[in-house]
Amino acid sequence: MKQFWKSMLRSPSGVIGLIILLFAIAVAVFGPMLFPNSPWRMVQRPFLPPFTLSTVPLGTDALGRDVFAGMIFGARVSLLVGLISTLVALIVGVPIGAMAGYFGGNVDDALMRFTEFFQTIPSFALAIVLVAILQPSIYSIVASIAVVSWPPVARLVRGEVLSLRTREYVQAAVVTGQSNTWIILREILPNALSPVIVLASLMVATAILLESSLSFLGLGDPNLISWGYMVGAGRTVIRQAWWITVFPGVAILISVLGLNLIGEGLNDALNPRLSREGR
Amino acid sequence: MMTAPPVVSIKSLKIALPKGAERPFAVDGVSLDLKPGKIVCVVGESGSGKSMCAHALTGLLPDTVSVTSGEIQFEGRDLLKLDDDAWRDLRGRRLAMIFQEPMTALNPLMRIGDQMAEMFEAHGLLTPKERRAKALALAREVGLPDPERIVRAYPHQLSGGQRQRAMIAMALALEPAVLVADEPTTALDVTTQAQILKLIRNLQRNRKMAVMFITHDFGVVADIADQVVVLRHGKVVEEGPASVVFNEPQHDYTKALLAAVPSMDPPARTPLDDQARAVEVIGLDKTYVTSGGWFREDRRVDAAREVNFTILKGETLGLVGESGSGKSSVARLVMRLIEPDRGTVRIGETDLTALEGKALRAERHRIQMIFQDPFASLNPRRKIGSIIADGPIAAGTAPKVAFDRARDLLKMVGLDAGALDRYPHEFSGGQRQRIGIARALALEPEIIVADEAVSALDVSVQAQVLRLLEDLKVRLGLSMLFITHDLRVAAQICDRIAVMQRGAIVELKPTAQLFAAPEHAYTRQLLAAVPGRKERAPAA
Amino acid sequence: MLSFVAQRVLKGVIVLLAIVVLNFFLIRLAPGDPAVVMAGEAGASDQVFVKQLREKFGLDKPLPEQLFIYVKGVATLDLGFSFRQQAPVSKLILERLPATLLLTLTAFAISLALGILFGTFAARFAGTWLDTAVTIFALIFYAMPIFWVALMGILLFSVTFDWLPSFGYDTVGGNYTGFAHVIDVAKHLIMPAMTLGLFFMATYTRMTRASMLEVKRLDFVKTARAKGLSDAVIQRRHVLRNALLPVVTLAGVHSGTLIGGAVITETVFAWPGIGRLMYDALLQRDYNLLLGVFVICSAMVLIFNLITDLVYRLVDPRIEFAS
Repeated sequence: MKQFWKSMLRSPSGVIGLIILLFAIAVAVFGPMLFPNSPWRMVQRPFLPPFTLSTVPLGTDALGRDVFAGMIFGARVSLLVGLISTLVALIVGVPIGAMAGYFGGNVDDALMRFTEFFQTIPSFALAIVLVAILQPSIYSIVASIAVVSWPPVARLVRGEVLSLRTREYVQAAVVTGQSNTWIILREILPNALSPVIVLASLMVATAILLESSLSFLGLGDPNLISWGYMVGAGRTVIRQAWWITVFPGVAILISVLGLNLIGEGLNDALNPRLSREGR
Repeated sequence: MMTAPPVVSIKSLKIALPKGAERPFAVDGVSLDLKPGKIVCVVGESGSGKSMCAHALTGLLPDTVSVTSGEIQFEGRDLLKLDDDAWRDLRGRRLAMIFQEPMTALNPLMRIGDQMAEMFEAHGLLTPKERRAKALALAREVGLPDPERIVRAYPHQLSGGQRQRAMIAMALALEPAVLVADEPTTALDVTTQAQILKLIRNLQRNRKMAVMFITHDFGVVADIADQVVVLRHGKVVEEGPASVVFNEPQHDYTKALLAAVPSMDPPARTPLDDQARAVEVIGLDKTYVTSGGWFREDRRVDAAREVNFTILKGETLGLVGESGSGKSSVARLVMRLIEPDRGTVRIGETDLTALEGKALRAERHRIQMIFQDPFASLNPRRKIGSIIADGPIAAGTAPKVAFDRARDLLKMVGLDAGALDRYPHEFSGGQRQRIGIARALALEPEIIVADEAVSALDVSVQAQVLRLLEDLKVRLGLSMLFITHDLRVAAQICDRIAVMQRGAIVELKPTAQLFAAPEHAYTRQLLAAVPGRKERAPAA
Repeated sequence: MLSFVAQRVLKGVIVLLAIVVLNFFLIRLAPGDPAVVMAGEAGASDQVFVKQLREKFGLDKPLPEQLFIYVKGVATLDLGFSFRQQAPVSKLILERLPATLLLTLTAFAISLALGILFGTFAARFAGTWLDTAVTIFALIFYAMPIFWVALMGILLFSVTFDWLPSFGYDTVGGNYTGFAHVIDVAKHLIMPAMTLGLFFMATYTRMTRASMLEVKRLDFVKTARAKGLSDAVIQRRHVLRNALLPVVTLAGVHSGTLIGGAVITETVFAWPGIGRLMYDALLQRDYNLLLGVFVICSAMVLIFNLITDLVYRLVDPRIEFAS
């Protein structure tokens, strides 16, 4: 564990990513406390340019709402949706992959056909359809993002388990009389974890992108302000008010970048062999 | 005797390892000469720096190491002072190299013939048509079957031996003065190895090439070397003509290495006919079917065909054969790690093949296994103590008792009790193999199945582990199924030996009898192919 | 070879069938009684009309029979009727399909070509500042949401510099013909195609770089060096060819994402393709049209996957055909 943090902190991408993520979490947790007012409230005249008033540093949108406040509240939605939908996808994908890889044969065939099916469907289109039909809400958004993002987890875990289960130490556990559950939980999964962790960090990033795209198309939770919604709302007035679209987009870019950097850092720390090359 | 001047002369070569390595120099002041028409064998155990010498000679050292001093004289130049273009011109044309892994040394996306023709192309020789004709001629010269077809084939369509022949054909294409062979037969089966060694020997004699042959196997050295250089920790400990090094080794290390090579003479063993049966295997069948999909025929491989044998109490039965003979599958079938299509495995009076689930787990402790790869057989995330005690704890032993016993077991296999709280990566290959033995013994088994248990170890460590196994077997009254590809090892440890070929046992006899009077053609072929049969190392 | 294609086509058809079945149940999940919704969409809501609709579309029949009718309809390219647009769904989609194909294929070609180029370049100079620069750019492009890239493009190239048109397929009222029309469309295509391609370019750059560094360490590259081949030949013939295999696989996996990106891109640039059609259906809650587009998108992904599979099998001799 100590070793892990050491190598994580040695990789520049990991450090930058961690700083960005910690900052984003801090904003999401504490930000709304500093801005007790609803981000939906009109605070100034519409189309107030940024950097003119210190109380509204990033200007206002077409309805006179504070862009800065919106970005702070939006951080909450983005991170929440990103983390929870990834968690749900892991909860679905890891057991499916582990079972397919460990038991093999017909179990594997059935589970993998099922997974492949979901992987073939164009994911964003499916997410749109699901949210549209279930009606936009934070729950339907999390659910649909989870539905489209679990297949890669299942395939990755299956591949890892498939190669680990032929490892000699797993066979040793079988011949020393351990049960299947024990073997999967103690011998196989801990050794399959590193690539899953790396994938998970990238999935949070993808989920944030997916959520913002859904919100941009008007499929966000109507009660929660989010970065994608803000960009979507500012789209039609981009010629008059560039700041409404630029700032929330930068927020998305930075958070996603941070998470991708963490993914790289984790990869460096957990798979040291690959990362040493070409440095 | 007239001595020709050397083609290559390596003088006090020093190659530095990166910081933090276990020693500062991979190669520490090595000097040696290569002469035309002679084979110099550079021998040593893993980490002796022998492979680095080979790579330095062809300018293919990895980026992480660097030559700090010394010189390599070749055709009037110091190779270490060459620039990239001069190296490119020499490589392939004057200096050729073949590698250990024929599986990975060829580009999987290119036809064999094209890869051969590249040799000429790299040096701007011949027209494309002439290159193709030459490739075909080379394929014929190295004895590749059906050369017209093979030059059009891709590497994955060739066997390991054929690929190595293709590599040799490439290396010889431009008639180089020097051939560097880095463990070229280590990845091959013993009968294939014998053929490849013969091929290298013939080609080298006909063309008066100087050969630097890297190997860890003294049997191979005995078969092929004119001159021997023994390396240890990057230093030359002994060198001289092969006959001298074998018959009158000077240095203690050489003596120890030679002594560690198992002899082909089976020691006398007392027959165990009056003992009860420990294991009985009846009519074991297993066929692997690779599904070809909806439109293709399935591929079938016989891993076991009608396999029958018994092991008596206190007996060691050897199962020998080449890769793909099914010997490892039989080990796993006996362990119930894979399910047989037909057949019975009986442990004492219990039919293991009839048990399922809990009942099977309850009987598993009676037969335990030692695995081949000391680096893959221990879970990297569990401490040694847990690795050994997990089995007894699962069987219902109190954890405290199990850990106390693990401590005793570690002592029994010659390790310190402090090992309990450490992780596998802190141990060497030989030590890990001892831990694997302790794990198998923790369940107080009646039978041990050892699957190539010493194959991955250096020869000196191998001898120690073999001695430990033999000693424990006698002390604890165990029976053993010993799977190996190495007939020398089998000769030393087995009471009886079963020879396997394509999933079937072709001959099963007491060890001495098998070695003295092999009946089956395949057994004879195997015995004849064992390297170093003639110039035998002195017995241990 | 032929039997392989047949096998894959059959598999694709089965998957498509499953998607159609899924689609059928999604329609049932949509809010409201479909007949009432349809009547509402048609602008009338009296009971008689609803009953008529119910009979006309077989909504009064048991569920399995409805499913059968629906699947049969899809098989004959009958994807239902859009009351909002007053036209059959399949006709609407077929009209829009060429624009989407033009956009996605252009974006795909750009991203693959540039991605491989930059990835090779970065791997060639691994460890230098050039490599770092390419890697950082790829990382940033990889993190930008497509809709935002589109808007920033408009802000920069249309609003600020006025270089490129910001919406549409061609100039409205431009009445260009022949070559002039081609140029006009090309001008309109540049921004959407670049927008859509950027994200994938970043992906292919990263993949190509990583894959080349991985292949470089393999034994056969050492063999090639031992032959005395020049660096350029080794890179091209031995490293790049092997390194591109995973990139081909990735291109197949990403075809679905490409279609998803097209929905966003077409929406922002008012590009008259099926992505834009999907957005319109979404705005008007036109579920028949929405799900029709969804089925067609899935079919496109399946076809694309089939093609990448074939390409993979052609370049990798290790996967043998059943001939």
